[in-house]
Amino acid sequence: MNTEYIGIIFMYLATVALAIPLGKYIAKVFKGEHTWLDFMAPVERFIFKIAGIDPNREMNWKQHLKALLTINVIWLFYAFFCLLFQAHLPLNPDGNPSQSPDLAFNTALSFITNTNLQDYSGESLATYFTQHFVFMFLHFVSAATGLAAMMVVFKAMKDKITDKLGNFWDFFLKSITRVLLPISFVVALILAFNGTPTSYKGKVAVIGLQGDTVHVSRGPVAAMVAIKQVGSNGGGWFGTNSAHPLENPNYLTNIVENISIILIPIALVFALGYYLNKKKLAWVIFGVMTIGFLAMVYPSVNAEVGGNPNIAHMGISQPGGSMEGKEVRFGAAASAYWGITTTVTSNGSVNSMHDSMMPVSGMAQMFDMMINAFYGGVGVGFLNFYIFIIIAVFISGLMVGRTPEFMGRKIEAREMKIASLIALLHPFVILVGTAISTYVLVHFANAAWATKPSAWLNNPGFHGFSEMLYQYASSAANNGSGYAGLTANNIFWNVSTGLVIFISRFLPIIGPVAIAGILANKKFVPESAGTLKTDTGTFGVMVLAVIVIVAALSFFPALTLGPIAEHFSIK
Amino acid sequence: MKAFFLPSLKLTIILIVLLAGIYPLAIAGIGKFAPGNGDGETVTYNGRVVGFANIGQKFTKDKYFWSRPSAANYQADAGAGTNKGPSNPDYLKTVDAAIDTFLKHNPTVTRSQIPAELVTSSGSGLDPDLSPAGAQIQVARIAKVRNISADKINSLIATNTEKPLLGLFGPAKVNVLKLNVALDEMK
Repeated sequence: MNTEYIGIIFMYLATVALAIPLGKYIAKVFKGEHTWLDFMAPVERFIFKIAGIDPNREMNWKQHLKALLTINVIWLFYAFFCLLFQAHLPLNPDGNPSQSPDLAFNTALSFITNTNLQDYSGESLATYFTQHFVFMFLHFVSAATGLAAMMVVFKAMKDKITDKLGNFWDFFLKSITRVLLPISFVVALILAFNGTPTSYKGKVAVIGLQGDTVHVSRGPVAAMVAIKQVGSNGGGWFGTNSAHPLENPNYLTNIVENISIILIPIALVFALGYYLNKKKLAWVIFGVMTIGFLAMVYPSVNAEVGGNPNIAHMGISQPGGSMEGKEVRFGAAASAYWGITTTVTSNGSVNSMHDSMMPVSGMAQMFDMMINAFYGGVGVGFLNFYIFIIIAVFISGLMVGRTPEFMGRKIEAREMKIASLIALLHPFVILVGTAISTYVLVHFANAAWATKPSAWLNNPGFHGFSEMLYQYASSAANNGSGYAGLTANNIFWNVSTGLVIFISRFLPIIGPVAIAGILANKKFVPESAGTLKTDTGTFGVMVLAVIVIVAALSFFPALTLGPIAEHFSIK
Repeated sequence: MKAFFLPSLKLTIILIVLLAGIYPLAIAGIGKFAPGNGDGETVTYNGRVVGFANIGQKFTKDKYFWSRPSAANYQADAGAGTNKGPSNPDYLKTVDAAIDTFLKHNPTVTRSQIPAELVTSSGSGLDPDLSPAGAQIQVARIAKVRNISADKINSLIATNTEKPLLGLFGPAKVNVLKLNVALDEMK
């Protein structure tokens, strides 16, 4: 077997091997048991003392959400104004300009929501100040927001009849000090010693061997790239993200970064098992997610390694597969594997240009984001999966004629309404967004805007449609990767995707937390012979079926117009 | 919400100091001990810095190994891919033109020997590497222009080839800048 395949198989196995102990560790942290990072406790106490927070005060689900939303609103304003005035703020060695209001709106929303759709290039439209004090700061806290929300749901599933669901600030801060920061620290150092810069010196001009002058952008990149991957954020220092040789200098850093992308999302599934002491349930969930994940990896790797038939017709050889938009040091297999891991997890960093990938890969990537629950983002991936579980419990309950129960609580009309709304919100915003943009493109192609709609797309035909569909799927999934050919830095795209990002972040957090909070308050029904077991393979199949029916069928027509049509047009 | 506002604000300020101030400074401090002191590893020729090891450069002269095509023209403050889709007719024309150009400069090479990486652009537009095959296919041209034996150049490629990680993971590659520096140092 060739080294490219061995590389990706190793990456996946290493990820799972690390995720199981990490999951156990995370469960311990949030159960309040002793761990080897207990030396952080005085730091946490100090932070809470200055902030005037009592981390032992129990909150109900509504108070959790109020805390979460309040602090997010503060970040939104902070980020927006920093970006709007970045040219006048310190740490701007390259003399870059401020962002326009619509770009700052999109970027601020994008980063507080863990999306990191980047309508700008870091080299020219961000400063060292905004890269660190806005983007990297938000990388940490947005991931911690997702983790804290997930912990509320975990806690609600664990305890019997309670509205005391722990303290939001406690979950939030521990997510940073015990999970995100230590892992990022290690990853950042590995990157730094493999060539990712940690320099605060600005751009430098060099005369190359052949005599051409080039300007090389640098920066304190390593610290940011680490949390960008670990926190399923994806917003990179440079415009081309982890395809850039300074963000991802060699195959070792590629392995480390790619493992970081899915490490915590997988670990959280195992954390659930340890936290609730329901390891079998965790394995069922892991199994469903893994089947979905591998079903996307296989065709994509195959398509990229196989090469582009249109180029094969020209009579040249493609020993490395389809190489447009890919880097030699990673190769086609690791690029395709990354493309799937980054889209299943709502990460959105890229190590190759997805826009230039084969339509099969494009379809797999969009499909990942449309489902958004195969591993999923840090914390929020589980929340999305939780919605599918609730729906699956309800439907299977109806099928066998039993009251639907999950973890000893009856699922009733109110919870189902919330779950259905959240499940349908995702296709709604993606499809409506794509429909509106397509309509504008067709009917107002030459409108006198700063960027005419006719100039949006970088590719004609089906692939052009895919560029728009991908952009909304990525926004709604809070993913942030893009078909980067789309000209997105203009009012239409900045505002429309900004709104989609915002809606698709907070409602899918509020929904599951509300359901879990309501369920936790209900009478506990002990398990009996009549209970539908949720930790069995049968139930796993049921959840998978619900995912396929809800997500896949709603998106199939749109996918037909984009990647599927393109695939069949290439002979 | 009021009860949550002040704690949120204070927590935000403390975390900005910790996460955007202390954390990256600690990494930068330790990064001083990394190759290139954290400023990026450079390559020198005749005592002059001729580039960064990890950043690809434009090589178009026949006496050098060519780099891959680049949508950014190897401007390392504006890296970019073409973002052209695999079925875009205009894109396919540019690939076809790149094949013709390559054949014109390498008359001994037949079409079917050209590896696709030499006529397609990388994702970053700054790809520093070629596959060993991508370098070997250019040997005849360089040997002729420089008037040195092909064997010598081939062994130069062999010594500059970086094997897969631990011999197991990922593709083999050759750093084009380092290879060209070695080529210039040979005479």
